[in-house]
Amino acid sequence: MPLNSNIKKVLVIGSGPIVIGQAAEFDYAGTQACRALREEGIKVVLVNSNPATIMTDPDIADYVYMEPLCPDSIRSIIRRERPDSLLPTLGGQTGLNLAMELHESGVLAEYGVRMLGTPAESIRRAEDREAFKQTMEEIGEPCIDSVIVHEIDTALEFAARAGYPVIVRPAYTLGGEGGGIAGDDIELARICADGLRYSRVGQCLIEKSVAGFKEIEYEAIRDAKGNCITVCNMENVDPVGIHTGDSIVVAPSQTLRDAEHQMLRASAVNIISALKIEGGCNIQFALDTDSARYYVIEVNPRLSRSSALASKATGYPIAKVATRIAVGYALDEIVNSVTGKTYASFEPTLDYVVVKFPRWPFDKFTTAEKTLGSRMKATGEVMSIGANFESAFLKAVRSLELGLWSLEFRDALKTSDEELERLLHWQSDERIFVVTEALRRGVSPRHIYDITRIDQWYLYKLQNIVRTEESVKAAGKSYLTAQNLRRMKRMGFADRAIAAWCGIAEKDVRDMRRRMGILPTFKMVDTCGAEFDAVSPYYYSTYDTENEANPAPGRSVVVLGSGPIRIGQGVEFDYCSVHSVWALKEAGYETVIINNNPETVSTDFDTSDRLYFEPLTPEDVGNVLDLERPVGVVVQFGGQTAIKLAQAVEEMGYTILGTPLADIDAAEDRKQFDALVERLGILRPQGGTVFTAEEALELARRLGYPVLVRPSYVLGGQGMQIAHSDADICEFMAVINRYGRQDHPILVDKYLSGKEIEVDAISDGEDILIPGIMEHIERSGVHSGDSISVYPAFSLSRRLQDTIVETTRRLSIALHVRGMINIQYIVSNDELYIIEVNPRSSRTVPYISKVTGVPMVALATRCALGEGLRAMGYGTGLVPARDLFAVKVPVFSFEKLPDLEVSLGPEMKSTGEVLGLSRDYSEAVLKGLLAAVMRIPDSGDILLSVQDNDKQDLLPLAEDLAALGYNLYATAGTAHVLNHGYVAASLVGRFSEPSPNLADMIRGGHVRLIINTATKGRDRRRDGFRIRRMAVEYKIPCLTSLDTARALIQSLKLNRTRTEITPLGLHELTQTPRGTQ
Amino acid sequence: MAYLVLEDGSVYEGEGFGATRTDVIGEVVFNTGMTGYQEILTDPSCYGQIVLMTYPLIGNYGVNWEDPESLRPQVKAFAVRELCEVPSNWHSEGSLNDYLKRHGIMGIQGIDTRALTRKLRSRGTMRGMLSERMPAPGSLAAMRSYTAVRPVDAVTCAERFEIPGKGPTVAVLDLGLKASILSSLRARGCRLLVYPAHTPAQEILRDEPGGLVLTNGPGNPNENPEIIENLRSLAGRLPIFGICLGHQLLALACGADTQPLRYGHRGSNHPVKDLDRDRVYITSQNHGYTIVEETLPANMRISHRNWNDQTIEGIRYEDHPTFTVQFHPEASPGPKDTGYLFDEFIGSLTVSNKISGNANRMN
Repeated sequence: MPLNSNIKKVLVIGSGPIVIGQAAEFDYAGTQACRALREEGIKVVLVNSNPATIMTDPDIADYVYMEPLCPDSIRSIIRRERPDSLLPTLGGQTGLNLAMELHESGVLAEYGVRMLGTPAESIRRAEDREAFKQTMEEIGEPCIDSVIVHEIDTALEFAARAGYPVIVRPAYTLGGEGGGIAGDDIELARICADGLRYSRVGQCLIEKSVAGFKEIEYEAIRDAKGNCITVCNMENVDPVGIHTGDSIVVAPSQTLRDAEHQMLRASAVNIISALKIEGGCNIQFALDTDSARYYVIEVNPRLSRSSALASKATGYPIAKVATRIAVGYALDEIVNSVTGKTYASFEPTLDYVVVKFPRWPFDKFTTAEKTLGSRMKATGEVMSIGANFESAFLKAVRSLELGLWSLEFRDALKTSDEELERLLHWQSDERIFVVTEALRRGVSPRHIYDITRIDQWYLYKLQNIVRTEESVKAAGKSYLTAQNLRRMKRMGFADRAIAAWCGIAEKDVRDMRRRMGILPTFKMVDTCGAEFDAVSPYYYSTYDTENEANPAPGRSVVVLGSGPIRIGQGVEFDYCSVHSVWALKEAGYETVIINNNPETVSTDFDTSDRLYFEPLTPEDVGNVLDLERPVGVVVQFGGQTAIKLAQAVEEMGYTILGTPLADIDAAEDRKQFDALVERLGILRPQGGTVFTAEEALELARRLGYPVLVRPSYVLGGQGMQIAHSDADICEFMAVINRYGRQDHPILVDKYLSGKEIEVDAISDGEDILIPGIMEHIERSGVHSGDSISVYPAFSLSRRLQDTIVETTRRLSIALHVRGMINIQYIVSNDELYIIEVNPRSSRTVPYISKVTGVPMVALATRCALGEGLRAMGYGTGLVPARDLFAVKVPVFSFEKLPDLEVSLGPEMKSTGEVLGLSRDYSEAVLKGLLAAVMRIPDSGDILLSVQDNDKQDLLPLAEDLAALGYNLYATAGTAHVLNHGYVAASLVGRFSEPSPNLADMIRGGHVRLIINTATKGRDRRRDGFRIRRMAVEYKIPCLTSLDTARALIQSLKLNRTRTEITPLGLHELTQTPRGTQ
Repeated sequence: MAYLVLEDGSVYEGEGFGATRTDVIGEVVFNTGMTGYQEILTDPSCYGQIVLMTYPLIGNYGVNWEDPESLRPQVKAFAVRELCEVPSNWHSEGSLNDYLKRHGIMGIQGIDTRALTRKLRSRGTMRGMLSERMPAPGSLAAMRSYTAVRPVDAVTCAERFEIPGKGPTVAVLDLGLKASILSSLRARGCRLLVYPAHTPAQEILRDEPGGLVLTNGPGNPNENPEIIENLRSLAGRLPIFGICLGHQLLALACGADTQPLRYGHRGSNHPVKDLDRDRVYITSQNHGYTIVEETLPANMRISHRNWNDQTIEGIRYEDHPTFTVQFHPEASPGPKDTGYLFDEFIGSLTVSNKISGNANRMN
């Protein structure tokens, strides 16, 4: 079947902000889909509230709307744009749910919009637990004994019959949110209550637990003619019971016989056919470990995190193929773009091993509960490719950027044997390292299997790694014969690890290898196991005999990617990397990307001219550079990951394009930087550097509290805190030094209260261009990534603006910036202070590029290549502000991370962001908050409990809230101040007081908003902490800064006076900047 | 140390496993299946071949008594990237290494299998030699002159045997059959009469089977003139379902030609389009020859094509209830997507019983 010619204009819904369970994979899928649609001549209307994505670029879609992902706003966009079709399966669970809501409420029918791809009925049958179970029964596919419940009692009855443990899975949630395993009635009642609340349809599946079974996934594709293929199967190293997003996953399956693989494959084909899926689908199975018994766990009738992984693992572009199917093509008509000759109707075969390793946020959230279960906690993941399991696994471990170079995990090394045995039982983020430590101490794979249910095949492989580690450690340098060294390199050991064990320098190992001719070879990922000549330049390293990558030296530019998504380094850096590649292509260079994140557009096989899927370490990057012999390396777009590699790149003798290494250091090194700002006469908060707690105490006392404490060379304000007392200093220093091995000093600065201003500038070394100045709604003290940021700055005097531009210019030129620079300022008592400089691209670059129309990354890349700004046509200095407001609102994943402090501070906690865009300031704020799913109903209760310093400032806000018709409730101190200020507020008892108290009130379901500012957030026994955590669990918006509250209340007022929100598309902002200063 | 030498003189150095042998010569072919090594090793179609697996980790799940397609490994030798010494699977009854040792098959591991595959892809299938010592200069000539002699004779059964069943009687001409062809038919209730490859047509017809299955088997199809001649007498006399070599031999018997493919189709991921159904199925393949399209007589219609290279994968004989396929509907290893062909064949048996008089007249 050819293209359906009735399709002219398609609405694509994205997945919104990055949250745990929904990361960059949908930017990748959506971008591929939009391109596939436009290749067919179809107009694309794109809606996504996430401004850091590539899909929301004007180059990707014809009409881009960065609008809240809610039915009302999509409806307005449909009314304006009148698309004839909607593609629902590329925007994750968010996009799918939204499409289903629009379908069910009749909006699609009303505007004559048809759903492309998998029909709504199929989606319903796959997503709705009851319908799914019934379908599986009809086609004879085994499901786990289960019951659908809408109330807790039914769940308890089922468990009494089927026996514990049972698993609770809420319907229509993402990342297994609200689910869990219950071992008894009490646990079940609690988890089930959670699940019912999280489910969009108030429905949960309670099923008998098959924890310990193997978890196997299949990615299947079907077209409207009924052709079905499976792209890939994947085996979770961790057994059923740990969310697949939190599991180490291997592709293809390693421990399945052909008969077992074909049994599950046939089942996958059977299921996708019965559901009449038209597009991609993910099917998860639980396979018994000692029989051929299996169960279907779950089916996702859409593209998913697993399909992104399967795409990158095989080279098969699932999103592109699914999109082509949706517009009418059959699998046998779609050309395999990797081979260029064969068709999409085949099954990829791999001649390598792929390992996916989750990236958890526990290095930042040290206090969060680390137990893994059915609720996903990882923010991102890395993928690695090797010719054997050991090398793929070690590459993955290196790619995590946790400072691990081998399987020696420092925490596990110190543990006693008894403690280690106990830890084996604990499903935590570190368990795999506990396993390897146990193997090191001689615990048998069999015993470890009995505890962990990790297949012994993997345990033997890990044992192989550990034994080799121990051999080299025992023998030292004498172990390094050519034969042993070659074997170790084939197994994926890092030079750095080998060097450390032998007590020699990393360079010595490298030199020794070179002398012995032990050099990496690069192999191609070609979907077909070398059966056909492939055109896709997608490589991984091995230590083999034949090298397949043969680039001509001196032609390429290498862009270093940003690795896994983590707090503080999200999809925005992928946006920057990809745009830099595009700019380099435009400039006539061959482009090369090195990255290891399977979720991203940068690792799509057709983004760069050559893609190397490798860890971002000096050795692995060096191998690629030695092969490419590039013109230069770009390090300023891959976040802190890439910047950290600058020194190694230069030491290896390669050119860094852009800001020189010495100046990167000058910006990051406190002493040099202090000297620089002093020389330039720029103000900065007083401060200094320390290494120990004693030094910190001394300095803090000298500066006077409060002070800001933070490690240098980190991202996202990792470990940054405001200390109000000696006790705080002691506590923070202990936490910072817990990260161990602080090579760089810790910064202690006087904390200044004031407005925070952020600037991203482009410099060619002589001139600068500032597309816009951003102002934060929250006062200083909240990390810039967690603040609501407004473009353009809304309260700065002309004089201050001029000072900002001039200071930015002088600093950029003094630092010889060629490319991007990001500066954060504080305005305190009408004076400008500088607080942070990053000689690289920042998280605000994508959104500022889009709303100002200045292609910042392209211009910065051209500056890095040596071009001058004046010739680029965007002028210099500050670009006049456009007639609009763009409000960036952070989004958190607190509900996925129990026990985490919700209150905002100088350490970043948000996982993603959304944008509110409007000609009107208040509407922009309202849209931003709506997009961040901060929806406040028009009436109900509001709970207020603020610290003493905030009580007076709360009064006018409370007055406004009362005037809006809300009933105010407050804790004793707050109520007292409010009532004295003539604002009526009812008193609520503390948690310790008899009912009705705070807990009853929050559980009661009438609280619409909580405003709670923290006195001392870290103490989790205090009422404040409990209020905030309960707010998260009960999905009640909770604001921890009065500045945020003020902005919200202003937008609530506005919301009362208007009937609907007007969408504002990027294409409507097209007027070019009106001249420059 | 072990060496794999190709007829073009290239040498791949690795580590030996399995049985200790010297100078094992065979046709070197690569198989892209990621699972199913035991089925591949024991597939009689692989007789005389040195099989190379493109998937690097082989032996992961051990060996067992359920998966083999025949009683013993049929390959000359086995080449892998990495042999798994400690398998893990509930079904495993031993390691692949021990299994090959027991059966006297030599293996080589630690070679750059992808480089070797790329060579075979670009140069075409070559003969090679596996040896524990660096082969003598003269061995290239020995290699180049190597051919498997009458390979079908080596793998067919010694005498007729019967497998009871309640359903229709099906004759199976064993050209080197895979056990799963028999189990596919048995699963559908057939009573099976299995004949050695050189059984004369009259002997088969005398048993009055409802239909005939021509199985897979090794070697160049053209080197089986007696069987081809025999098939000429069987064609049209009863419904025939041919698989792989059976498909090729019937085509030769009915006037078409075959030719070697550059490097064959061996793997579990080949797309085949059933032109009648307008559907693509993923199939299991293991063949080095194909029917030449230009030589097809008018009564032979192409029913299936390989969707990668458009070669012929299935033939329908317009004048009698006979169809043949190049791929393996019995799977093992590989997907069972085309198992429907067995059903179709069984369906044709009852129909043919009614029309057998007509079929005779047509001949």
